[in-house]
Amino acid sequence: MKRLNKTFFAFLLALLPMMAMAQIDGEVIKPRAGKFLLKNATVVTITKGVLTNTSVLVEDGKIKEVGANISADGAEVIDCTGKFIYPGMIDGGTKLGLVEINSVQETVDYAEIGNFSPNMQALTAVNPNSVAIPVTRVSGVTTVLTVPTGGLFPGTAALINLNGYTPDQMYAGFKAIAMSFPSSGRRGRFDRRSDDDIKKANDKALKEADDLWDNAKSYATMTANGAKLDYYPEMAQLAKATTGELPLLIEVNAASDIQAAIKWVEGKDAKVIFTGVAEGWRVADEIAKSGIPVVTGPIQALPTRDSDRYDTPYANAGKMAKAGVKVAIKTDGQENVRNLPFFAAFAAAYGMGKEEAWKAVTINAAEIFGVADKYGSVEAGKVANLIIADGDPFETRTNIMHVFIDGYRMPLSNRQIRLYQEFLDRSPGLRMN
Amino acid sequence: MKKVNYFLAALLGLSIQFASAQVKKGSVLIKNATVLTVTNGTLENSDVLVQDGIIKKVGQNLSAPSGVQTIDATGKYVMPGIIDAHSHLGLDVVNEASSPIVAEVRMKDVVNPYSIGIYRALAGGVTISHAMHGSANVIGGQNATLKHRYGSTDPAEIIMQDAPRTIKFALGENPTRVHGRGNGIQPRTRMGVEAVLRNGFNEAIQYKKAWGEYTTASSQKNSTALPPVHNERLQVLSDIIDGKIIIHCHSYRADEIYMLINVARDFGITKLVFQHTNEGFKVAPEIAEYTMGASVFADWWAYKMEVYYSTAYNAAILTANGAITSINSDDAELIRHLYHEAAKTQRYGGMTDDQALSMITINPAKQLGIADKVGSIEEGKQADLVIFEGHPLSSYTVPQMTFVDGVKYFDIKEDANDQRLRVSATEMVEPIMIFEGHDSRCMQDTESLFETTEALFNLNH
Repeated sequence: MKRLNKTFFAFLLALLPMMAMAQIDGEVIKPRAGKFLLKNATVVTITKGVLTNTSVLVEDGKIKEVGANISADGAEVIDCTGKFIYPGMIDGGTKLGLVEINSVQETVDYAEIGNFSPNMQALTAVNPNSVAIPVTRVSGVTTVLTVPTGGLFPGTAALINLNGYTPDQMYAGFKAIAMSFPSSGRRGRFDRRSDDDIKKANDKALKEADDLWDNAKSYATMTANGAKLDYYPEMAQLAKATTGELPLLIEVNAASDIQAAIKWVEGKDAKVIFTGVAEGWRVADEIAKSGIPVVTGPIQALPTRDSDRYDTPYANAGKMAKAGVKVAIKTDGQENVRNLPFFAAFAAAYGMGKEEAWKAVTINAAEIFGVADKYGSVEAGKVANLIIADGDPFETRTNIMHVFIDGYRMPLSNRQIRLYQEFLDRSPGLRMN
Repeated sequence: MKKVNYFLAALLGLSIQFASAQVKKGSVLIKNATVLTVTNGTLENSDVLVQDGIIKKVGQNLSAPSGVQTIDATGKYVMPGIIDAHSHLGLDVVNEASSPIVAEVRMKDVVNPYSIGIYRALAGGVTISHAMHGSANVIGGQNATLKHRYGSTDPAEIIMQDAPRTIKFALGENPTRVHGRGNGIQPRTRMGVEAVLRNGFNEAIQYKKAWGEYTTASSQKNSTALPPVHNERLQVLSDIIDGKIIIHCHSYRADEIYMLINVARDFGITKLVFQHTNEGFKVAPEIAEYTMGASVFADWWAYKMEVYYSTAYNAAILTANGAITSINSDDAELIRHLYHEAAKTQRYGGMTDDQALSMITINPAKQLGIADKVGSIEEGKQADLVIFEGHPLSSYTVPQMTFVDGVKYFDIKEDANDQRLRVSATEMVEPIMIFEGHDSRCMQDTESLFETTEALFNLNH
């Protein structure tokens, strides 16, 4: 052991000069805290309209002030003339940070073994140094819900900001227990079960969900009444959903399943959020009537049925919003959460409209997750999660100039950009000298 | 004897009919549009006149000959039909995974004109797709270039008969997984992949030589020379060496791309396009110098090890280095918005409108060997056209109408919900498919080689 340590340190020592050189050779830009005055922009507040010639003061991680004449007083001034300020976008459902390379099992941390593991904490497995995180935030996505998947109750999702070196630094104040509602749909071409088999599996899963829920409810009641129960961490966690202490994120997609889920939820004391909801447009009025909010996506998806109109996945979010459902958007992404603004644009173009689409990726998500006091709009007192852009961030031709997360001015670089810088004009080029 | 003659005559008649399978051709005048020609700039308030499937005239104040319908496209944009250089739509099967080389199989034998995906691609402005064999083999089958004449139920009418032959190659993880790790035969490594290629081409040279010797010998008087046994696989490889077939090679890493460039050089092969090519940016000067370029994803990465070191700036770097670059889908979903995928090159590398549009029109046309026929709005070219509401590179654009050979196959205003050409008799209840991300079929039909199909879900491309 001792010898190993010695060798290890010798190795480190040998590396030191190289590390020092790298420091000298390449500039490392870090997230920077401070007092910033974002001066003279068009501010798209989302909740308070569009304010022209307006400045935003960022201090102590918060939006201190939004107004026309703010004194710079010690603040670093960023001239935003001709630029636009938006709140950072929120992706309502991802696997970001829970997987690095999808086909390399050793890097896949979103699906634990078993059907009943609500106590699995996504926040525990988030890798703050995932290469995908800086790739994501340069697009203006500053906050994501990262969600475990797999079984019936696969784990507990967590809302994270895309800044920080520990999960605790990233945590944005919302957790919810994920549930995959028993599905009568197929999972794609590889799913070759008969209709009968699917129905049987579906019925069995529903019965299991009912049993687990009833047990969790009993668990909650008994513990509340002071009963000393055996250690059962799964049940202890699900019990929190039965009392409404933690919301329940129900992934449900086929129309008949959505109807079944609405029924299933009735009479339960759970705070429910539906996710996915691919066929929501078919039963939009029923969802609206239930009052259950929806995180829908991915928008760029195939219709669920061959007989469906080609644009149903694009139009789904808008149709639900029009019916009166509170709608947020998710990419379901891992490496390409950066596409959230483009998904929102598709929803906007196919019926949702720009304003509602912006709400779907900001304030609606914040409200659904119960964090609207901190996130989702440009208002004094909220956390300084901001984007500064030279145009509409939903457009691919727009450049995102600055991103602030938790009041930190984030470096707008990532590995993909560094590869661009290295290889655009490669040296040596085609031939060595 | 007479009977046989009749039979032969009938057969001859049939084959003539088959060869000239009459595809529908239309005439139309599109008025007052912003015409994105791609090769000759943008023309404001201009008209495009199509007659019998051909672009007759592009200009202002054109009038419709009698009987030709006029479409008012005021405020709208017209661009050439989008071409997807990598797709698996409209195919019954994708992989013949039984051997590292299966050059003899042809996708044109398995074209399925009933595929709803073809209609959905049209709704995204895609008029031509390159229906490729999968990536299970080092040398896969021959691909088919399809024209999206949705509604024709004869596969021959969906196939672009005047497109040159192309063939699928594949390097890296997929062929080594299927053959080396799945079947325990070479190749298990990237070294093995190169060996399979070189051995295959050398064998083809021997085969060609044997036929050459036979041809010489048999022309002698009283020759008793016997012809070599016909081998379609080697014949196809020999055709590749002779420049009769364009290689489209599934590839990711820079080292394997460079390897194939060297193999091609050694065998005098120049008709070579790289597909996927996620690390193409690292060998962009070499790709530009020696090949017909690369067909890439706009931003897909990290779904497997060999695409971890990717960059969305790939297309921009390749373009800046002079490589012909196209953006493809390889996916039934992505193909629906290739215009948007091309637009991403403006975010990632600041491509101009013409550069971005080229990547889904004239550049894939060049890579498929059909740039003289399609890929831009030019007089004399086939009238594959799309009308957009909003600039096609805007995230808010919505395709309105799609024409193939001047015939309108998609019109958003006439779109009926159900566009299926037939309903499956075996599926009494229509299946509901819950979308679970990428829908590539690169590794379809290799399921039997793996313990669980789940293992394939993430390893498709």
